[in-house]
Parts: sequence; structure tokens; C-alpha cells
Amino acid sequence: MPQAPKLAPTLGELLQERGVSRRAFLKYASYLSAVMALPAGSASALAEGLANARRQSVIWLSFQECTGCTESLTRSFSPTLESLIFDLISLDYHHTLQAASGEAAEKAREAAMAENKGKYVVVVDGAVPTKDGGLYSTIAGVSNLDMLKATAKDAMAVIAVGTCAAFGGIPKARPNPTGAAAIDEIITDKPIINIPGCPPIPEAMAGVVSYLVSFVKLPELDHLRRPKAFFGETIHDRCYRRPFYERGLFAEGFDDAGARQGWCLYKVGCKGPVTYNACATLKWNGGVSFPIQSGHGCLGCSEPDFWDQGGFYRPLSTNLRDMGPALAGAALAGAALGAGAAWASRRHQESYQREQNPNEGDKK
Amino acid sequence: MTLLEFARGPALQVAMIIFVLGATWRFFGALLLPWRLAPAEPRKGALSPIAAAFKGVVVKMWPHKPFQKAGMFTFVNGYILHFGLAIVVFLFAPHILFIKGLTGLSWPALPNNLVYTVGVVTMASLVAGLVHRLRSPVLRLISRFDDYLSWLLTLLPVLTGLLAAAHLGARYETLLAVHILSICTFLIWFPFGKLMHAFMFVFSRAMTGVRMGQRGAEL
Repeated sequence: MPQAPKLAPTLGELLQERGVSRRAFLKYASYLSAVMALPAGSASALAEGLANARRQSVIWLSFQECTGCTESLTRSFSPTLESLIFDLISLDYHHTLQAASGEAAEKAREAAMAENKGKYVVVVDGAVPTKDGGLYSTIAGVSNLDMLKATAKDAMAVIAVGTCAAFGGIPKARPNPTGAAAIDEIITDKPIINIPGCPPIPEAMAGVVSYLVSFVKLPELDHLRRPKAFFGETIHDRCYRRPFYERGLFAEGFDDAGARQGWCLYKVGCKGPVTYNACATLKWNGGVSFPIQSGHGCLGCSEPDFWDQGGFYRPLSTNLRDMGPALAGAALAGAALGAGAAWASRRHQESYQREQNPNEGDKK
Repeated sequence: MTLLEFARGPALQVAMIIFVLGATWRFFGALLLPWRLAPAEPRKGALSPIAAAFKGVVVKMWPHKPFQKAGMFTFVNGYILHFGLAIVVFLFAPHILFIKGLTGLSWPALPNNLVYTVGVVTMASLVAGLVHRLRSPVLRLISRFDDYLSWLLTLLPVLTGLLAAAHLGARYETLLAVHILSICTFLIWFPFGKLMHAFMFVFSRAMTGVRMGQRGAEL
């Protein structure tokens, strides 16, 4: 009698094998539900969904990037349940983490695509060069542009990890010599989730993957396709230095008395008021700190074109362009116009007076 | 380019250029006109032109006794509005940073919450001014499009600034962009309408003082 094909173990079974207790697993599911602001009762649904999910095939494509996103996810702090979740997904292709290389690696990607057609998730970090047919970055002789299109074709969803994949990031910074583009500029027919940040917060990544695996649907996204749970509020709104902003107490430099007293960093260029991210609440390295707590203003790294906002140390309320010469020219032109208008008016008045008193000159 | 980038970049640049060009044009155009006085000899005991100019500027800061009852609201409300605007524009930390970015000059700021309160009072004063204008038949008769447009373009930056501060109605970056764009509109209109009185009122009052002084009128 032929044997039924053995199903891959569920995440719950795998976690159990690794010695993760049910209590710890439920605690983790509750934590994820809380950080994603899911409704009450979702924790058990999330836990159940995760526990029963089979290993999700994930193809991770790295394009124009610095590997900081992967570093953030794998080395931030360990061991954690997040890292276990990542261990337990079927990461079928990832340059940095996979053992295979060369043709074997590419074959693994193609095999995963064929076996999981329509079901696998594509994670992308890095922007995609599009100029000159995308020749500025190739893998195994295939341009990033072609590889992305081919891989995303049969994917269930695409997750753009990091600001380079989500918005073009640093590769797209002016003058953008490679024509770097964000993933959603190229892939337009698949569900896309952006998890920006330079790098993104590991919990945001883990939360989104867990949500996707558990509920098989996208979490609620904002207009930039970012999960609202992590990108729903500005850094400024949640910043512990906010009261200093309201009181008008600002650090003027990075080593002055205000900086030492932990005052607001708005004047030294903090972009917290226009940056949507969870750094101020989730923080980094297991909740130890985040840039503002460490004394540096927010760079706005989870926002589009953060690299081209006039400078990291330029306050948000200042203009983006150098206006000095233009304004000096305008003042000179205005003065010349004014002088010309006054001269014309004087001429007109004199001529009018001559008309009114034609003999005035004779009397004198 | 996002709306905020547009507002902080090209929009602000164009508005500032128009503002500076228009203001210097009107300023020099008026000041370089002949400062002609009546050809008559000054009345005996008349103030010197400088003293009359100075007095002309100062005495207009409060209504003459016969007009105090009728003009008190206009004067008091005018002071609230102008001091309010001055505080909001020049003593709010982000505004000082903007001015510092342009000129290199800076000074201490007031606490933001205090500036927000002053902003609300300023807006109330603007609304009260409009209601007063609309309720007075004389003021209504002499009001032109310029008066209403100048009022609106003064109100909008205050209103959008308060909305941005309170994060009301839209995302903060959108509110900030709308606030900056409202300032751009204000700057573009400034030199060509009655808002220009901010630069010219001293000179017009002084010249009135000189002319009246020459005739021996009590200022």
C-alpha cells in the first residue's frame, strides 16, 4: 500500500523539538499581538495560526544593499524567538545565510519557486538598478531587475525589507547613477509590504512574517504600504524627550549643557516629527536604547528619500535650498526696479508740472 | 518629490524671491519719490520736520481722545493681533531656526505651549477683526478685495500652524507642508497688497507728521 507523502512539520512541532515551551510560545504570540496592536483575543489566534503553519518558503533576494538589514535581523540580539522563527521558515535562498553558492544557490532558488508556486514569499532587501537595462548589479549573470521580475511572478506576496527596497534608499540618493528603484515601482501586480528602516526593526520584520504566516493576509498598511502597527505614529509623538520640545528646551550641539541634560534634539536636525517608525517604543537591542536616547537625532531613515532632505543636521523647519545668492539678486533687482519706478514717477511729475505751469521757468 | 519637499524646497524659494523682489521694489519705489512739502513757509512755532516725523509716528499709536470710544476696539484688537503675530512668528523655536538658516541670526525662544496659546488668541483676534469689519457699515463700505485677501492670507498660516502643532486633521508632514505653503502664499501677496504696511507704516506716519507739523496742526 502506497504511503501518503509526509507533511512537513508545523512551526509548533518544530519549536517544541527545540525545547520552546507552550507557555513561552504563547507569551511570544501575546507580545507580537501587543506590538502590532491587534485586537484582544488575537494573541491566541496568532499563536494557533503560527503553531499550525507549515514551514513557509521564503526566497530572500539581496540587491543594491549593504547587508545591514540582514545583520540587524540576525545579529541584533540572540537567541530570541524572532530568530527561531526565522530559523524555522524555509529560507530557501539567501546570499548571506545559505551554505550553497554559485550555480547550486541559483538552482535552490529555482527549485523553491517551482515547488511552491504561488505560495512562497519573496523578501527583498536593496534597491534595484534599472538604468541601462539594470546592468549595474547582476547575480550569476542575471540582472537584479530580471531576477526580481522572474522570482516575484509566482510569489504569494513580496516584503520589501529596509529603506533601499521599500523606497530606493541610499542607492536612489541624488544623482542616482544606477537608476535605483523601489520594489513597488517594478512589481505592481503582487501584494507588497514595505518594512523600511536603515536597518528596519527586527520585531517589525518578525511581526509581519508571523502575521502573514498565521492569518494568510496582509496586515493593515499605510499609504506607503507600511504596517500601521509599526509605522502608525511618529518618533516625535512617542519620544521621551517630547516634553522638552514643548517647553522650548533644546540641545544646541552634541556636547553642550542641553545635550548633557537630555533636551530635545530638534535644533540639531532630529527628523522625529516626520518619521513614522517604532524606534521610540520598541527600541533596539532588546529594548535597550534607540538613536535619540543615545544622543543623536532621528535621521528619518524609514521615510522616502531620507538621504536627500537637506542634511541630517539641518533642522526640519529650515528651507531645503540655499537661498542666499538668489535672495541677494532679488533684493538688487527689486531696488533697481524701485529706483526706476521712482525716477519715472519724478519725470512724470515734472512733465505734469510743466504742462500746468508753462511759464514758470520764464518768471524765474 | 513629496509635498513637504516641494514646500520646503522650490515653493519656499520662489515665494521668498518674489517677497524680497516685490518688497524692495515697493520700498525703494516709494522712498525715492520726491519728499515734497507744501510750498508755503512753515507756520510760526511749527515743529522741526524730524520732531514732527517722530511725533507723527508715536501719537498714532493711541487714538485721540474724541475717537477713543469709537476706535477703542480697533486699537486694542489691533495690538493683540500684531503682538500675537510677532510672538508667534519671531519667538517660536522652529521659526527662529528658519530665520537662522536664512540670516545666521537667532535669539531665545518661548516655550512652545505658550506660543500655541498666543496663536489661539491671535486667531481669535483676527476673527474678531473680520466680524467687526463686516458689522460696521463704514468699514464695509471702504473695504476692498485686498483687505479680505490680506486677512485670509494672514489667518491661514496661523490656523495651519496650530493644526500642525496639534496634529489635527491630517498627518503631521502634510500639515507642516500645508503650513509652509500657506506662508508661501502670504509671502507672495505681501509686497503687492496692504500687508506691505508692515514696512511702510513708519514712513507714511512720519510723512503725515511732517506735513501736518509744517502747517502747525496739533498732532
